[in-house]
Amino acid sequence: MTQLALIIDLNVCVGCHACVTSCKEWNTSGAAGTMCDDNPYGQDPTGTFFNRVQTYEVGQFPYTETVHFPKSCLHCEEPPCVPVCPTGASYKREKDGIVLVDYDKCIGCRYCSWACPYGVREIDEHEKVMKKCTLCVDRIYDESLPEAERKPACVLACPTSARLFGDVHDPQSEVSVTIREEGGYALMPEWGTKPSNHYLPRRKTRMHIHEDELVRADNPLKKEQREHAEPIDATTLDDSTSW
Amino acid sequence: MHPAFSVIFLTTLIGVGQGLFLAIFTGQSYSAVELLPTEDSVQFYATGSMLALVFLFAGLIASLFHLGHPERAWRAATKWRTSWLSREVIALPVLMFLIFVYSLMHYFEWDTMLFTSKTGARLQLTLVIGMLGVIATFALFLCTGMIYAAIKFLQEWASPLTVINYLLLGTASGFILATAFSSYTAPGLVKFYGVWATIITLSALITRSAALIRNARIKHKSSIQTAIGVRHNQIQQKSMGFMGGSVNTRDFFHHKTRLFMKSIKWIFILLTFFLPLLFLWFGIEQANSNTLIMAFIIQYLGLIAERWFFFAQANHPQNIYYQTI
Repeated sequence: MTQLALIIDLNVCVGCHACVTSCKEWNTSGAAGTMCDDNPYGQDPTGTFFNRVQTYEVGQFPYTETVHFPKSCLHCEEPPCVPVCPTGASYKREKDGIVLVDYDKCIGCRYCSWACPYGVREIDEHEKVMKKCTLCVDRIYDESLPEAERKPACVLACPTSARLFGDVHDPQSEVSVTIREEGGYALMPEWGTKPSNHYLPRRKTRMHIHEDELVRADNPLKKEQREHAEPIDATTLDDSTSW
Repeated sequence: MHPAFSVIFLTTLIGVGQGLFLAIFTGQSYSAVELLPTEDSVQFYATGSMLALVFLFAGLIASLFHLGHPERAWRAATKWRTSWLSREVIALPVLMFLIFVYSLMHYFEWDTMLFTSKTGARLQLTLVIGMLGVIATFALFLCTGMIYAAIKFLQEWASPLTVINYLLLGTASGFILATAFSSYTAPGLVKFYGVWATIITLSALITRSAALIRNARIKHKSSIQTAIGVRHNQIQQKSMGFMGGSVNTRDFFHHKTRLFMKSIKWIFILLTFFLPLLFLWFGIEQANSNTLIMAFIIQYLGLIAERWFFFAQANHPQNIYYQTI
């Protein structure tokens, strides 16, 4: 079985919102109709978005860290929004695990948006149907596009390659290996929704310099008692270990 | 959650309809075993159950205002295997049909005696239809309650108390209406319904208070830490990603002050439980139909406040992602 998903690397995301705008641009131009966008340049702008980038501050000054956090549908393996749908408009595809809404069957009752703990389903206030991320299902299988472009719009737009796209059920895929090796995690694991999208944590690269490394502690002249100009009397790491 | 008035009216109106039907049927079943006198078929059973049907129909109409595409509402009956909402969509018309048949049979007095015991207990065809209606009524209460109780991360709702409260509050309002209705059509039953209305209202007070106490002590499982997956005690949202509003900021929060929430709570406790019982008592003592009608109206207003509070109190975990502009 295939389960397509996104991997979002919080270590790399710079919060530029390119994924947000490219998502809106691609999906509002598609066959499924426009995504509403009221007063985009006026007061109280509002509209439908499948993807948003939020910003969080972790810690307290001066020990703070800014985390940019893109959020879209996680295409859960146990999607709580699907069984609650009274019409079957909300469904999870057997073929690739994408959670989709059939806009022609949706009655706009909003129950699925209540049943999603992540708040990634939005009612389109003009078309009155529930909309959500489709993983650009109209793009990833489009054979008229060059193969490299058969990816979700957000993935292609990301300037820092913070977004990976692939099959998380294939253990050798790039995304699966990344989840395993880079500590990929799921959001709100407490509800058992098993999100397919994973996030990679912030990772620090630190350089440790031991005091011994600042002077040449293992100078062979020391053994021959022809000491260095500045003698080191203390036992060094080399004195106490042997390999 | 943001309380939608369409859903508030749907749940309170069908609650009255269901409760009133239960009351009318209780009257008939007591008379079948000769604990109560048999009432006039047309004036009492037919009119009473038709009145219940009117409330159910009004609730059905109110529910359509909640839908983006009411013309497709029929599709909502398809996923009854998994969705409580779909089950409700089936149970409501089934109940309405059974009440319609029950009412019609009483109106035209199409009734046959199926069985009479030596002690005088009678089983009529209308009782059998009514019994099916009672099963449908309880099924509908279960479906309505489970729509809310089944969403496990709305922790204020995810409790058997939700179903019990829908059942008891709906039945209480129906029995108070039955008391007022019988004061016009069957004065002999006023006390019978009045006592039952009091018992059910007091039971509802106990279970609703239990839910309030439970919700006041609730410990939410989701936090900003689990929401973004960063383990640190101090995390603050700095931006939700947009400066205008969206469905996320409008649909999941009541946007009222704490004082308002607190006032609504005490208002609904007063209007749903204590004032109606007082009016009920006076109405029965003074045999005053208007006072009994007042008891029903006050409780119905209380139930609107109760339902508003029920929705507003539920804290959706998605709100964690929308703390600041």
